[in-house]
Parts: sequence; C-alpha cells; structure tokens
Amino acid sequence: MAENVKPRVRVPRSASAGEVATIKTLISHKMESGQRKDSEGNTIPRSIINRFTCDFNGQNVIDVTMEPAISTNPYFEFEATIPETGEFTFTWYDDDGSVYEDVQSVEVS
Amino acid sequence: MRYKALTAAAALAIAFPTLGAADPDANLIINGEIEMVTETAAPDHLKGHLRSIRSGWTFRTEETQALQMDDFDNPGMIFVDQGRDSWNAVEGDAGQSCASCHEEPESLRGLRASLPKWNEEKGKVYTAEMYINDCRTERMGAEAWGWDSQPMKNMTALIASVSRGMTVDVAIDGPVEDTWERGKEIYYTRYGQLELACANCHEDNYDNYIRADHLSQGQTNGFPVYRLKQANLVSQHNRFNGCIRDTRGVPYDVGSDDFVALQLYVASRGNGLSVEGPSVRN
Amino acid sequence: MDFTRRETLALGAGAAALTVLPASAFAATVDELIAEFTGGADVADGGVTLNAPEIAENGNTVPIEVAADGAASIMVLAAGNPTPPVATFHFGPLAGASRASTRIRLAGTQDVVAVAKMADGSFARTSKEVKVTIGGCGG
Repeated sequence: MAENVKPRVRVPRSASAGEVATIKTLISHKMESGQRKDSEGNTIPRSIINRFTCDFNGQNVIDVTMEPAISTNPYFEFEATIPETGEFTFTWYDDDGSVYEDVQSVEVS
Repeated sequence: MRYKALTAAAALAIAFPTLGAADPDANLIINGEIEMVTETAAPDHLKGHLRSIRSGWTFRTEETQALQMDDFDNPGMIFVDQGRDSWNAVEGDAGQSCASCHEEPESLRGLRASLPKWNEEKGKVYTAEMYINDCRTERMGAEAWGWDSQPMKNMTALIASVSRGMTVDVAIDGPVEDTWERGKEIYYTRYGQLELACANCHEDNYDNYIRADHLSQGQTNGFPVYRLKQANLVSQHNRFNGCIRDTRGVPYDVGSDDFVALQLYVASRGNGLSVEGPSVRN
Repeated sequence: MDFTRRETLALGAGAAALTVLPASAFAATVDELIAEFTGGADVADGGVTLNAPEIAENGNTVPIEVAADGAASIMVLAAGNPTPPVATFHFGPLAGASRASTRIRLAGTQDVVAVAKMADGSFARTSKEVKVTIGGCGG
C-alpha cells in the first residue's frame, strides 16, 4: 500500500433525475514514473495508480487507463448522468495491488 | 542554435509579459465565495520601494490560476484534508489530539493572517511550525515534526486554509522590531556567487523574466504553496533556502532565527493582501 | 540586430531554456500506438477537441482536456515523452459527455495527440504543441 493515499471527490449532494453533473476527483499519490534515479544512480521502480473507474449504482460512468505520464496526485474531471438516487463508487487501482475506494451518495428529488 | 551576441543583462531585460498569458485583471474568487485581494497599495514601510503589492497568483499563467479557484481543483487541498485527519488524531503520552484543546480547526481563524508573531512566553518571534511543535512536545507529549516534514506541511496548510480571504497583517514594531530589522537586512543583502539579494529579483525586477521564470514580488501570503514543480506543499523556509542556493550561496538553515526574521519581514511586505494558503504556483 | 522569431522567443525565454524533443525518434511509436488503438483503420483529422496550454508553466503538472462528441473512448499520447502513452478514457453508459480533464507530465516541448473512437466505430484525431520551458531560479 503506497503511503498517505487519500481521495478527495466532488459530487453534488442532490440532483434532479437525469441531470448531468461535473465530477471532480483528486487522490494523493506519488505516481512514481519509473524514469527517476536515486542518488546512487539506480532507477526508482515504477509505482503508479494504473486505472481509475467511476460507477453509479453499478453502472459505469468512466474507466481510465492511466500511464506514468499522469501527474502526481492524479486529477480527473468528467461528466456523469444521475438517473436516480444512489451511490457513486470511485476506485483507484495501484500497481502494487492496492485498491483505493471512495463512495459518495446523491439524492434525486 | 546560433545566438547573436547579447550581454546577459540585456537578455535578462527582455520582458515577455504576454508569454504564457497571465490576465492582469483577473479576480481570484475561490469556490465562488472567498474573494481575495491580489493587488493593493503597498504598506507604508515600503514607501520609496514599491507602490503596489501583488500576490504571486497574478504572475502565473491562466491555467495555473484556474487551479486555485476551486477547492476540488486545488491539489493543495488534499493535504489540508490530511491535516484535518492529523488534527483529530490522538498522539503522544498525554493522549490528546489538537482537537482536544482547540476543538475545530476553524477556531484558529485569523491566526495565519498575523503570523509570524511575537511569542511573549518564549521571548521570540514564532511561526506556525514553532507553535505546532511546542504544542506537540510540551502539551501532547509527542515528538516534534520536522519543519518540512509532510505532517507539518499538512498542518500549516490546514491552519492557513481556515484564514483564507482574511487580510495579512503582521506586526512590525514593538517586541518584534529587532527581528523585523534583521529580516529586512537579509532581504537587501546580496548573497552567493551570483551576488543576488531578494530585492534584486523581487523588488527591482518583478514581472520580468529570469531565463524561463516569470518573476513575482516574492510575496508569502499564499504559503504553504502547492508547487507544480514538486507536486507537493512547500514552506517559506524551504523556498528561502532554494532561492539562496540558486544564487550559489550557502543558505541559512530551515528553522533558523535568520529565516524566521526573513519570514517576518517578507510577510510584512504583503500586509494588505489576502491569505491564500494553500495556493498553487509553478 | 535582426532576430528571427524563433531566436527572439528562445532568448526571451532563456537561451537554453526551451527543450524541444525531436518527434522523429518517437514518431514510429506514436503511429504504432495509434494503429493498435484503431486496429489499422483510417483516422480522420478533427472532430476531437484537445485543450492544453500553449506554454506549460511547469512540465510536471500540465492541465489538459479532451472531448469528442459521442465518442466511446479517447486515447492521449505525448509524442515526445520517453514513453508516449498518457491515458485512455473509456466512457461508460452513464457518462454525461465524452469529455475528461486531467493533469499530465511532459518531458519537454512536444505534440500532445488525442485519438477518439467514435460511436459509429470510426476514428478521429487532433494534436497540439505544448511548449515546456525549464530553467530560471524557481523553475
């Protein structure tokens, strides 16, 4: 598990049925690219988050394949259609096998 | 690439204010709510030196400026979140957290705007880092955090964030006067092989370019800063250290009395701007 | 003194500060990656929006945005990076639009390329040059 990995997402608390909302997600993660060398000249091995998904009530909103060129503390902004009351599940998959998750509810009036 | 002969001074003097396009009239309003003063009249003590003062935000490109305008765009805010977790975590022999005494971080609203300031009990000027470590070692029975350690930066970011929008107002007279004078002395002293004083770039040449860097006034109202370069928070002392190192001089130590004095003086040059921390810079 | 625009830009931005990465060394890889994405199909020019700064304030964190009306997925490549792949966005059934923003690392001045797979199975691409400067006291 990489250290101090913490997600931060912005999801509207409430919406009308079928509304399209802008979702913003940030997660603190070094995204070690595998290009850097340490002080002894040894390559620091790659260790990144390689995939990000967002689902709503089990249906997929976006699925991102991530490469080392994504900056430290990966940020994604995208649009999601909110058909009904439910939960957004955000999932980040780390090279080292860890999976980070954040869940946010939305109420549809 | 072949260059026509050009002296270094002349090359430095080529100003490209439109390179990278910063909009000088742009307003900084965070989350559509917190209005920031990013340009205002210089404080009295700068008479003869600067007429107006500008936040570092105004020198950055539009894309960088945009990153600070929403708390979900600003990467510095993930560290504020971590600071908040830290605030609530019990640590040390006394079995307390910051929250045990201070309740909510919002109770420290106003503090950042007046830092660094005189600590009567300790008889010297104190920065946020020093107050935090005093609490940890003397009241929580916990270990001190390194000045530039991640937990320390997260905490100073949290403390700055609850004062956002407030006007920077640090005292420069009374018991802090000697410290302030020392800071002012450092600011105008040329250091290093390149013999550059803070003033040479940040007072005499702000808005010009030094190589590829668009020089700001070196204001600190936005600290701790999320620097795109490090993709992490950076403290004032870390920046002072970097600047003097870049003059090919020997910097004072992070946490030293000299840097605390410089921090006080530089903060006072920004009296009138709004607290922006954590801000986003290059 | 007569300067060409290029020389003036370079001098103004700092003599050694503009690093331009030769696209030629990596162009083959970019073409290969695109061919892999499209299965060899034709790729039309345009129909994809790529927003990126003309000059990146710092190559470590460059904000970009890609969009293509009705696209199923969009692949982003950095033609001059040591490894060109940046990200591929797959839009699911609840995507509100085929649009996404992120922040990327660019090793130097280069073309950023976006290739979209449209809903009807066709492909479209666009590219934009982003200048990345280095050097200067803070940089």
